[in-house]
Amino acid sequence: MSGGAQAQQKQLTLCWAAWDPANALVELSKDFTAKTGIAMKYEFVPWPNFAQRMLNELNSKGKLCDLLIGDSQWIGSAATEGHYVKLNEFFDKNGIKMSDFAPATVEGYSTWPKGTKNYYALPAMGDAVAFTYRKDWFARPELQAEFKQKHGRELAPPKTWDEFKQVGQFFQNRVIDGKKVYGAALYTERGSEGITMGVTNTMYAYGMDYDNPKKPYDMKGFINGPGAVKGLKLYKDLYDCCTPPGHSNAYMTEDLDAYKSGQVAMQMNFIAFFPGISKDPQVGGEKTGFFPIPKGDKQHAQLGGQGISVVKYSDKKDLALEYMKWFAQPQIQQKWWDGGGFTCLNAILDAPGFLTSTSYAQVFQDSMKIVKDFWAEPSYAQLLLAMQKRTHDYVVAGKGTPQEALDGLLKDWTEVFKEDGKLKP
Amino acid sequence: MKAFPHSPLEPSARAKWFAGIVVIGYAVVSLIPLAWIFMTSLRTPQDAIAYPPMVVIEPSPIGYVNLFTTRSRVGADELASLPPPATWYEALVRDQQMILAGPSRFIDRYSNSLLIGFGSTLLSVVLGTLSAYAFSRFRVPGKDDLLFFILSTRMMPPIAIAIPVYLMFRHVGLNDTHVGLILLYTVVNLSLSVWLLKGFMDEIPREYEEAAMVDGYTRWQAFMKVVLPQAATGIATTAIFCLIFAWNEYAFALLLTSGTAQTSPPFIPTIIGEGGLDWPAMAAGTTLFLLPVLLFTVLLRKHLLRGVTFGAIRK
Amino acid sequence: MSYVHTGRAASPSMRLRLFPAQGLSDRTLAWLFVGPTILLLLAFNIFPLLWTIRLSFTNYRANRPNAEDVWVGISNYQRVLNDEAIWENMRATAHFLVSSIALQLLLGFALALLLNRRFRSHSFWSTAILLPMMLAPAVVGTFWKYFFEPQYGIFNYIINFFGGPGTFTMLGDTQLSPWAIVLVDTWMWTPYVMLLLLAGLRSIPPYLYEAAEIDRASAWTRFWRITLPMVMPFIILALLFRVIENFKMFDLVDQLTNGGPGSVTELASIKLKREAFEKWRTGYASALAIIMFVSIYGLSLVTVRFLDKVKQR
Repeated sequence: MSGGAQAQQKQLTLCWAAWDPANALVELSKDFTAKTGIAMKYEFVPWPNFAQRMLNELNSKGKLCDLLIGDSQWIGSAATEGHYVKLNEFFDKNGIKMSDFAPATVEGYSTWPKGTKNYYALPAMGDAVAFTYRKDWFARPELQAEFKQKHGRELAPPKTWDEFKQVGQFFQNRVIDGKKVYGAALYTERGSEGITMGVTNTMYAYGMDYDNPKKPYDMKGFINGPGAVKGLKLYKDLYDCCTPPGHSNAYMTEDLDAYKSGQVAMQMNFIAFFPGISKDPQVGGEKTGFFPIPKGDKQHAQLGGQGISVVKYSDKKDLALEYMKWFAQPQIQQKWWDGGGFTCLNAILDAPGFLTSTSYAQVFQDSMKIVKDFWAEPSYAQLLLAMQKRTHDYVVAGKGTPQEALDGLLKDWTEVFKEDGKLKP
Repeated sequence: MKAFPHSPLEPSARAKWFAGIVVIGYAVVSLIPLAWIFMTSLRTPQDAIAYPPMVVIEPSPIGYVNLFTTRSRVGADELASLPPPATWYEALVRDQQMILAGPSRFIDRYSNSLLIGFGSTLLSVVLGTLSAYAFSRFRVPGKDDLLFFILSTRMMPPIAIAIPVYLMFRHVGLNDTHVGLILLYTVVNLSLSVWLLKGFMDEIPREYEEAAMVDGYTRWQAFMKVVLPQAATGIATTAIFCLIFAWNEYAFALLLTSGTAQTSPPFIPTIIGEGGLDWPAMAAGTTLFLLPVLLFTVLLRKHLLRGVTFGAIRK
Repeated sequence: MSYVHTGRAASPSMRLRLFPAQGLSDRTLAWLFVGPTILLLLAFNIFPLLWTIRLSFTNYRANRPNAEDVWVGISNYQRVLNDEAIWENMRATAHFLVSSIALQLLLGFALALLLNRRFRSHSFWSTAILLPMMLAPAVVGTFWKYFFEPQYGIFNYIINFFGGPGTFTMLGDTQLSPWAIVLVDTWMWTPYVMLLLLAGLRSIPPYLYEAAEIDRASAWTRFWRITLPMVMPFIILALLFRVIENFKMFDLVDQLTNGGPGSVTELASIKLKREAFEKWRTGYASALAIIMFVSIYGLSLVTVRFLDKVKQR
């Protein structure tokens, strides 16, 4: 029925999310096909459906994907359940050294359990949450003057969350070029992971941690401590003061839409989109600038990004490994960066001239120094959905207090870890 | 609808006028969304998210082009260095500062919808015809209970069935296969098919087949040569209802397919352009997806009532 | 279900017995004809149902097939029934069911009464009205999300036009969002109710009205004494179908609001999907599925009883 009995030419299917970097990868992979004669097929799934569809595929031991560029938080369950092929031997045999890649990405995308040297993926796409802003609006003399009069400083990309709020309020409901505009597009999406990827940035800033660094899974006072509560409340304030009306279920695409259609002055999004934005006919080029996640007491950006893995259920694991070997080559990594992908290879990131190679190289480098990731536990999906519900109910639907929301989250998470046997019942 | 003997209480001309205006008003308002979808399919992505929304816009085929292709954005200098576009649609893509990267998945998904729709329809109509005939003509022990049981299978929430079916399919390797979805849709449609066809069979006088059997036909021959031709309209009607269900089904398709066998309904909402949702392409896909159903609805209007009530109301 | 029409009494024909069956006997043939259907339904409905019941007593997780599943007795059921969030989901489901079906019955009945006046071109317009109910709910949900877009959505634009720009958002508001799904569902399914009730109106024998005419009954009396009682079985039938369908409904809401904002439109079926296919708590989700199934079944049985009662009057 499916596939038919045609002569099987050599062909690999790569699964990833449907977004700008995926197009860059298609372009890049033409070189692989030219060199090896292996044709590439792609299955790109939009972000809101990506986790659900791919985890569903892995759990049903499907053969759809030979290679999967899976999200960083899946690594725990994919390694534990044996969905991914363990790569240590392959790396050793082919001289691929993890020490050549940025440490945060190796830890975030490839390693399970964390802190060990067991690798299940090759860092493929470095990414983190950051901001784009309308450089052209910020530069307007009349706005500059008004802002300076109000706040006694230049209208510039905000460095702290307090400044961010000021700038957001400054632009909220302002009329620019005859159109009403708003402060910022943030992540508020409820269904997949949107609001978590957003709210963690403000929560990290005031000292939120997932658990006690000295005592794993001891979460009380960390996930619901005063810093975490302050960060969550700040995010709600930002949602209330500075986002467009009806911005209640927004993730990457909605934020892009709001930004590209000229509705907002600042946009929270993954750096992966910045090459596309800089090429955009409406807001690209000199109209857009970038800045990393602002500071609170601390400064952390939510880690995005993915490693590339070989799916255990594939019939073509050998070809898939061949692809990985090709992809790991420094000259291919260089082409990857040039084409709008985000390499994790130190040799490129530290090369002289890297920072000026593109308009977004600086923000990428700054952000990758301050990344922090969500849980990557095998139960990550449950942990994530609990956080989605608690934070969204508070931030968007205005339910209860931030303290209640995080106390509830602590309760949810404790239950998950008890079920997993990681906490004593 | 059969001719209706007019009651002496024929409404006055004014009452008719009033009724006509209200009903036509409702119909027009309720069709605006459909018209809007169609109009959106003929816009450019920028026009589709224009604020305020524009009603009259120069139509553009970009939505349809984007639906069938994948594209990637290139810089201006790279664009200038390319050979001239080979086709009209490639020219359109170039105008947007993009290059063609290949075909999209829409045709695959659409043909999956067709294959799974027709496959499951065929199976459920064949099985339904046989059962309906038996229920209509033979004394099946516990007939009423069986019929009610068949109907009650329709009450199960699809997500609830999806849990064990997912595990079952995983066990035998049917997840994300056409066969898996065909089987599942066949089963879901059986209740509709049996009940509808039983109604149609009940209306065929028994004397026909009895006469044929007196002439020496076996029961099977009588069924094949006498009953089936009589039931042709009913079978066609039933088939279309089964097809529409399979065509529109979303929950199972979402949870039990991931690519190979995915149908249109879970696919269409995920057509994205550059970053944002590509509303014109989605509208174009939706238009192509809804057209067959709209056509069938018009064709079936006489039997619609029967179909949507499982044959409970026949008129 | 065949209450509304009167099926012909099935009398086993005497003549057939006089002729010994050629080929297969009728009894064998009957089983051969019904067998495959019953077998398929057993395999895909009853067996899964039993499996779900079994799973609901374990802590099995579909994303950890290698872990052993432990028998946990009724604790899944206890957790479902003690979970505050589930009651919120049930309230959302009840709100959706009651509001949408009440609206559809009112609107559908009004439209049926008007269409029954048979103005010119009425059959064309009734077909036009029926179109929305044949569409795929998932796709409908997707596009209504587009109409409800706060900035560029046509629906919000029209509302804002009368209420000042930028002050109104349908899906982003916890008060309005539950009504958004009611509105879209009503848009889709009012035609269905209309179709059934129109059949009901047309099944009323004219002599009843003629008799009422002789008695000089007012229009109001005619409606209460003749129209409504005669149409009642059809109303209940429409109610039955709509309750079952809307209780199960998943696709429309999944696309339109995905349960948000907050959890105000998280219907039981959306919750079920989250537990089963996102959190992968298979055991817990199975318990919820069984509870839902029992509720639907119970509601339908009550409605069918009621329908029988009305028929006997």
